[in-house]
Formats: sequence, C-alpha cells, structure tokens
Amino acid sequence: MNSVSFDTRTRHGATFSNVVLILVILFLFLPLFVIITYSFSASKSMEFTTFSLKWYTQLFFDSDELWSAFLNSAVIALSSAAVATVIASGAAIGIMWYRFKGRQYIQILSFLPMVLPEVIIGISMLIFFSAVRLPLGLITIFIAHTTFNLPFVYLLVTARLDEFDISTVEAARDLGANEAQSLVKVVIPSILPGMLSGFLMAVTMSLEDFVITFFVSGPGSTTLPLYVYSMIRYGVSPVINALSFVLILSIMLIAFAMRRFLKTIAASS
Amino acid sequence: MKNVSRSYGTFKALDDVSIEIRKGEFFSLLGPSGCGKTTLLRSIAGFDTPDEGVIELDGRNIIPYPPEKRLVNTVFQSYALFPHLNVFENIAFPLRLKKEKESSVRDKVAQYLKLVQLSGHEHKKPAMLSGGQKQRVAIARALINEPSVLLLDEPLSALDAKLRQSLLVELDQIHDKIGITFIYVTHDQSEALSVSDRIAVMNEGKVLQTGTPYEIYESPATDFVARFIGETNLFPATVVSCVPFEQTHMSTLQVDALGSVIRVTDDDYLEAGTHVSFTVRPEKLKITSHPPLTVSKDINLFSGIVDEPIYSGFQSKYYVALACGTIIKVIQQHATYMDEGPAINWKDSVFVSWSAEDGYIVEVIDR
Ligand SMILES: Nc1ncnc2c1ncn2[C@@H]1O[C@H](COP(=O)(O)OP(=O)(O)O)[C@@H](O)[C@H]1O
Ligand SMILES: [Mg+2]
Repeated sequence: MNSVSFDTRTRHGATFSNVVLILVILFLFLPLFVIITYSFSASKSMEFTTFSLKWYTQLFFDSDELWSAFLNSAVIALSSAAVATVIASGAAIGIMWYRFKGRQYIQILSFLPMVLPEVIIGISMLIFFSAVRLPLGLITIFIAHTTFNLPFVYLLVTARLDEFDISTVEAARDLGANEAQSLVKVVIPSILPGMLSGFLMAVTMSLEDFVITFFVSGPGSTTLPLYVYSMIRYGVSPVINALSFVLILSIMLIAFAMRRFLKTIAASS
Repeated sequence: MKNVSRSYGTFKALDDVSIEIRKGEFFSLLGPSGCGKTTLLRSIAGFDTPDEGVIELDGRNIIPYPPEKRLVNTVFQSYALFPHLNVFENIAFPLRLKKEKESSVRDKVAQYLKLVQLSGHEHKKPAMLSGGQKQRVAIARALINEPSVLLLDEPLSALDAKLRQSLLVELDQIHDKIGITFIYVTHDQSEALSVSDRIAVMNEGKVLQTGTPYEIYESPATDFVARFIGETNLFPATVVSCVPFEQTHMSTLQVDALGSVIRVTDDDYLEAGTHVSFTVRPEKLKITSHPPLTVSKDINLFSGIVDEPIYSGFQSKYYVALACGTIIKVIQQHATYMDEGPAINWKDSVFVSWSAEDGYIVEVIDR
C-alpha cells in the first residue's frame, strides 16, 4: 500500500539525514559546547579539572567594567534600532505614498552600506566625525549604528510594503479617514510585522558590531564586543566563557519569546 | 455631472461627459475596457480630479472636497478589505472613525451583515473568505455610512459566472431595500441590461447614449451602441424613397450588402439619397425552410444557405449566407418540443424574413 512504502522510505532516508543533521549540529555547536564546559571548570587553562562556579561569581559580582560596557551596548542597540526603524519605515512609506521618480535609485543606494566592507564604513565615519569635530563617544556610536541599520530595516519594510494593496488606502479615505488616519489605521498595521523584524534585526546587528564601533568609539564608550576584545588581549579569561554561556542562554530565551510574539502578530494579520 | 473632461497627456480619458443621474436610481456605466468608466467613477469618489466640468451631488459641486468629505462610498474591484482587521472591524471601520458608541456599532454592523447574508462570519479575517464573501463585506462596509450614492467598479468581474449572476440579483435586491443611488460600472452588457434602471453607454471617453435598457437595446443611438449591446445585423444603406405610413414613415433603402432594397419604418422623414445605417436584431428574423405563403409589402424576404448552425438548448443561432455572399445572423427560440432535432441543419436552403417594423435606422450619416 501507499502508506507502507512511504513509511519504509522515510525510515531509510531518516537514518542518513539524521546522521547529516547530527554532523552539522556538531560542527556548528561544538565550539560552544567547549566554551560552556570550560566555563564550569575551576582551572584557568584550557582543560577541565573540577567543577566550579567561580567564573560566574566573578562575572556577576566582580566585573563592573564588563557590565557598564554591556549597558552601553544595550542602550545603543535599543535606541539606534528604534530610530533606524522609525526613519526607515517613514522613508519606505513615503517613497511608496508619493511615488517618487527616483525610487529605484534609492533602492540601489540603500544596498551600498550592506555590500561595503565594514572597515571602509568605519573609517569613513571616523573621518566624517573628525571633520565635523564631533567628539568620539556614545553619540558617535549611536549615529554610526543607526546609519548602518537603516538599509536593513528599509529593505524589510519595503518587502512588506510590496505586498501592501494601495487601494486599501483609497478605501480608508473613501470611508471617511483623512490622510493621517489612513496611515495610522491601515498602512502601519499592515507593515507592523516588517517593522518589528527590522527592529529586531537592527538590535542584533548593533549588539554584535565590532569593526565599525571600534573606529568611532571614544574613551568611556566601550561596548561589550570592544570590552571582550580588550580582555582577550591580556589572555583569555574564563570569565568570557561564563559570559558567553549567559549570553547564549539569554539570546535563546529572547528568540523563543520573539518567535511566539511574532507568531501571534502574524496570526492576527 | 456636466461637461467633465480628463486628459492624461494628450490622451482624453474623459471627453466632455455629461450625465444626469436621478436619486435612487440603479445607474450603469457600460463600455468596453479602457473607455474611461473607472476614471469617471474615481472622479465622483474624489480620487481623481477632472480637468474641466462640475460634478454635483444634490445641487452642490463636490469636486473641491476630498474623498472622505463626500457622501459617496465605493465598492472596489479588488475588494480592498483591510487585511489586518476581521470582518466585523472591516465593516465597523467607518463607524470607529466617527467614534460611534460601541452598542450602536454592534447593532449597525449586525444589521448590514444580515443585509449581505454574512451573519456568523464576524470574526474571520479577509484572507479566510471566498471571493464572493469578500465582495459582500466590501458592500456592507461601503453601505454602513449610509451614503447618498454607492459606486461599484466592476464588483463582480473577479467571480465566476454562476456566482456573478446570483450576486447581481442580490445587489439588485439590496438596492431595492435601501433605495439609495447605485452607480454600477461594467463592461458586461448583459449585467447592465438586467439590473439597471438606466444605462450610459461609453466609448473612448464619450457618452454615446443614455437611456433605459429597453431604449438602448431597441433604439441604439449609434452603430457602436447597436453592436456593443446584444447581437445585431448592421448595414450601411441609402434611402431610395420615403412615404408616410400609418403614424410613421416607410422608407425603402438600398442595401448594397444585401444586394437589394428593403423596407423599414422610422419616425422621421428621410430625403432620398440620404446615407444611413440600418440594423435588425437576429431574434427578430424568421427562418423557415419554405417561403412564407403570403408576402406582404412590409415583409423583407431573402433566401440563403445555413453556413453555421449553433444549437444551445433553448435557442439556435444560425449564420445564413445570402445569395449575395453576406452572412446574416438569425436567432430562433425553441418554444416547442423537438423530437427529431432542429428542423434546420447545416447547408439547408432557407428563407429569412422580417417585418419592416422590426428594422431600425441607427445613424443618419448625412441629410
Ligand atoms: N493614471 C493614468 N495615467 C495615464 N493613463 C491613464 C491613467 N488612468 C487611466 N488611464 C487611461 O485612461 C483610459 C481609461 O481608463 P479607465 O477609466 O480605467 O477605463 P475603464 O475603467 O473603462 O476600463 C485608459 O486608456 C487608460 O489607459
Ligand atoms: Mg475599470
């Protein structure tokens, strides 16, 4: 019967694909497992001796600089992602709404920061900031992150807008909404999922950026990636291993929460 | 509306359109695609501004007002439902804008859901509805504001034929129930004929004729209208003579395509030598295997050979090749039971005849 042959085929295929799956997972996650193992080791060198939580104690109770760097990162990530989302969504909506003549060129231009090497963006930002005599610090990092986040959010929102039926705006106007109301009640709800995923992407990219931040940061504006890098220069401290595990855990938690959140949004739209 | 014109560059999408639509009327704008129907409708709704002319609603020019200020609502061809709102909130949208009380919103939405027979679907998202259901939501949403005029832009064109028929009838019933003016845009002449109180036939941005379905079918104003509405046999002709006949005039026309003269009655006196176009509807022709026994003066009779019989159950259509080579269309209803199939078959010799009163002079080309 049909179902029987189907079953045997999956069983045969399953063994092979399972092997591949396990290999891939190992390849991707083995380095992480190693780090996690070492984070619980009492030894300072790269070997597992006895189980200990001392690196975690040190991470949470004796790493003020690390936590202030983390705070910097979080503030910059959230604020630059929020500003980038507002500006990019506004641009995407405006370009659709008023049917600009040069919209294709804007699209191409917005790709540029994505294909340019980060080093070049970092250097050009540095040159720019010194040209306008803006002292390097949190402000310059914020500006730089907002800038490099813009095209990503813009693209995600435009993708959503491409599916948007412009006649629903006319319908809203027809039914009594003025221009602003049709924007708030029809356009923005329709592209909200795109804006949210753009925001999340921007947060992630800002949190993990090292190269550009390296160029535009100043004294007292160390972000987490910069701080970790400076720690490594004096030898890899197992505190970093502990930090890695904490980050992995929290990112996984956030990712799951976001997935559920986005799912409910998708279900309601 | 008076003298409305709209050009895109040098192209005239609307050319001096004047139509008067009466309160409560089911009025259709009928014409081939690209003739400017949508442009006209969008001008009434306020999405497009005419270059010239005025559009009045209850005696007031509405052109200066934005769409949301006009007492006119539209049912869009693409439905244009709000994808993020469910059926209830889609229909409630105009009321929410007016900040109506929750209880009155509930009552009104329920009332209009019932009108379009969608009660029980309140909580579905538009994506979960069929095409016909989406169109019903769009209709309810457009009506809930109680506009003076409802505009419908080919609302049924995305649906299949059967559904189109039943929704059209339903639309007509809704119109009877609420009694507001409907302006219905379509390129389908049978849709327009079946439900409209009056029709404006458009082509190339111009209104060619405005009238009841009956007037437009029986007395088309131009060759285009005659050809566009239903099927017809249309020939250029020259007046040979014209004499008074009962209350009208009986003209004798030389029709080159038929290679002969025919007789036709018309209200007006026509000078000999006038060029006209002449039409006779296929269903007004009689087709017989034998010549009629009595041939009076006001019967036009031709003989020919059946070139192509098309049987479609309740009727047959015959393309008959006349002796002179011209093909003429004849439609015959099958009113009686046909035991042995149609009496007239392919290649049969037949006689085609019609009464002078059934012909019609469409255009008088020069006087
Ligand atoms: N925005 C526009 N720009 C240029 N031409 C247009 C525009 N809108 C409509 N037209 C032209 O005007 C004509 C009438 O269009 P439309 O009113 O949509 O026709 P219909 O609805 O009768 O099919 C068409 O030939 C169309 O190409
Ligand atoms: Mg159209």
